[in-house]
Amino acid sequence: MPRKYSPTFVLPALGLAALLATAGCTPNDPAAASTGKDGGPSTVTVTSTADKCTLSATSAPSGNVVFQVSNTGDDVTEFYLLAADGKRIVGEIENIGPGLERRLVVTAKPGTYRAACKPGMVGDGIQTAFTVTDSGADTSPTGSEADQLATATASYVGYVRDQTDQLVTATQQFVAAYEAGDDAQARALYPSARVHYERIEPVAESFGDLDPRLDARQADVEQGQTWSGWHLLEKDLWAPQPAANGGTAYTALTPAQRTQFGDQLVADTQDLHTRVHAEDFATSLDAATIANGSKGLLDEVATRKVSGEEEIWSHTDLSDFQANVEGAQVAFEDLQDVVHAKDPQLEQQLVTRFKDLTALLAAHQHGSGWVSYTTLTQDQVKALSAAVDALSEPLSRLASAVVL
Amino acid sequence: MTTDPAVEGGVSRRSLLGAGGVGLAALAAGFAGGFGTAKAVSGPPEPTATDVVPFHGTHQAGIVTPAQDRLHFATFDLTTTSRDDVVALLQAWTAAAERMTRGLPAGELGPDDGPYEAPPDDTGEAQDLTAANLTITFGFGRSLFTDAHGTDRFGLAARRPAALQDLPHFPGDMLEDARVGGDLAVQACADDPQVAVHAIRNLARLAFGTAQVRWSQLGYGRTSRTSSAQATPRNLFGFKDGTANIVAEDAKALAEHVWVAPGDDPAAAWLAGGSYLVARRIRMIIETWDRGSLHEQETNVGRTKGSGAPLSGGKETTEPDFARSGSDGKPLIDPRSHVALAHPSRNGGARLLRRGYNYTDGSDGLGHLDAGLFFLAFVRDPGTQYVPMQTALASNDLMSEYLRHTGSGLFAVPPGPRPGEYVGQALFEA
Repeated sequence: MPRKYSPTFVLPALGLAALLATAGCTPNDPAAASTGKDGGPSTVTVTSTADKCTLSATSAPSGNVVFQVSNTGDDVTEFYLLAADGKRIVGEIENIGPGLERRLVVTAKPGTYRAACKPGMVGDGIQTAFTVTDSGADTSPTGSEADQLATATASYVGYVRDQTDQLVTATQQFVAAYEAGDDAQARALYPSARVHYERIEPVAESFGDLDPRLDARQADVEQGQTWSGWHLLEKDLWAPQPAANGGTAYTALTPAQRTQFGDQLVADTQDLHTRVHAEDFATSLDAATIANGSKGLLDEVATRKVSGEEEIWSHTDLSDFQANVEGAQVAFEDLQDVVHAKDPQLEQQLVTRFKDLTALLAAHQHGSGWVSYTTLTQDQVKALSAAVDALSEPLSRLASAVVL
Repeated sequence: MTTDPAVEGGVSRRSLLGAGGVGLAALAAGFAGGFGTAKAVSGPPEPTATDVVPFHGTHQAGIVTPAQDRLHFATFDLTTTSRDDVVALLQAWTAAAERMTRGLPAGELGPDDGPYEAPPDDTGEAQDLTAANLTITFGFGRSLFTDAHGTDRFGLAARRPAALQDLPHFPGDMLEDARVGGDLAVQACADDPQVAVHAIRNLARLAFGTAQVRWSQLGYGRTSRTSSAQATPRNLFGFKDGTANIVAEDAKALAEHVWVAPGDDPAAAWLAGGSYLVARRIRMIIETWDRGSLHEQETNVGRTKGSGAPLSGGKETTEPDFARSGSDGKPLIDPRSHVALAHPSRNGGARLLRRGYNYTDGSDGLGHLDAGLFFLAFVRDPGTQYVPMQTALASNDLMSEYLRHTGSGLFAVPPGPRPGEYVGQALFEA
């Protein structure tokens, strides 16, 4: 299991609307925010009180603008950068507790805006006119981004649903063999069925109750609680020697227990399938969620698969490894057009490093599957770990690249 | 090794050694062909030394003592079957600890004043260093009383405190056998790492033949404040840690949550005035943590990374408001955040006196630092104060994704020895 409650996956996207800024040109304002050193972003400090919204400048040059918002009132406040109509949201920060400070970074195009503080989080807020002058900075591409994002999201939702379709079928086949006592067949099907789970793991983990039932490792289970799911069956199929079982002989599950836990695995997988095919699942996904899911998959690899912690009985970690990377790559590729427009350097780096990691992993293929984790030398594990880190670091910037 | 170093703000070992010169000379006379007389006496020890923590007292030092900057913690397995040997070891340890906490060598002769043909009775690396607020705190593990088969090893089983049991398996535990348990535990804290290491080294040396080191841990950068005069330090996640800790000045909280009271456990009356020490080596998966957005990091902790204020607002010391919600109707502090789950209001009012340290033990061979938190906490009853809290944290804490518990121990910490007593005397002789 792992990212049990996958916080990254449920975080709301911030300031997505920042992409949708209006065009236009106005003269310089004497109260303009200065641009930071070396062309860095200009900073506007905002003080939100119970009845005032004070900005250190009423204009800024186009490009990245940082609003540093301090809440000196007694209520929770919010800060918005709105389009000239005072309605459409260009960028926002919600939930600023009293006494706290938060930053909003927007890539602002030249034009007129409204800056608004909303103490108490009600009404239209206290609005001030705000102007973005034309600095000549490229505030980026023409408009198809909204479409690109919509396409990316739809595509990823389709991918997740397709994987759960395949997961249900593969799980049924695996469980049928397992319950029938055909252990050789069950062992052969185990890694290939799990692939569909591992590809979309952060989605499954976003349902906090399901993931522990499906994918808990023995060590994840609280004393006195029932262990169920993939890894319970894994242990039963690759029964450990006493030395690997806390010093005691492993007791195989009875046929009745096999049926009980096999059926539960199928039922829980069906539950997952139902949830991702629900209408509200599609609306719950956005670009930042997908990007963070991609990063989450690599985190999984870095903390569980590279170290061989995930499949401690079957040692099929490399199969999970590959599936995590594939899932991360699909998520990235869905967003690739957007990244290409926003940060082509990042895009290129990610393409290269996905390729490097995939090539390195391919060297460990064995027939239609993968070599056992236990056959890897320390140097091979280290090389894989380095490639995972090399990819993870830029991948962790994907979410902010697509939403800013 | 001949000059008296001038040591600012403290008492040098050399000058204290000189002050003890009378006893030293007397001892020297006992050696045939002795080694000369003690060196010049440099006057009585500075009575107002600022970095000496008294060893004797109602409670052992190193619990409410303002947390020093460095740690060397070790647990020991007894290799003897003789109760007398155990008592002799505790007597020797008490004497050496009392001396070292005053800034003196472990033995009465010192690193370079003993017989020329004998190994020095102090290893010497703390010469010229001050006492550096050294405290040495001793604890007894469950296995001192009964072994894994329930055998009463030293006739102490009937006095085992009921709460001194092996900690249960917590979800996600990845304990390494070589970092778990121990019959005896010694926590040495000082402002100078060499002073702390010197203390453990010399105690380990005294133990050979009776006990051997089972595992040990170095720590730096205290992660807790145990005095209201101390600022809150940061852990390796970059967040302030231990803001709501029990502090030395809060006598009521100490009585309620830290000190075992007379009557708490009739079978273990010897423990009154003592406490329980929970030790957990918690590896942080820092590389992965560092890739999380600031938003995620703050959500996981429940506080801001900068000031340490709770996300419900205010400043660091403001009490978190778990009911306060944001525009989406959800609490500003996530109920699965570390702050929410560890808060007394979610744990039946339970609080801990935390005294942990950061650690970095090289790397793991895969290009990642083996780093994290060496969690130390003193409680009156681990069964009600630590176990339920850790169960909740391990199951639900958003942060637990980035944590691996790799070492563990629970120890009964006897009360402080009075002058002339040895540590734990009441257990063995009452």
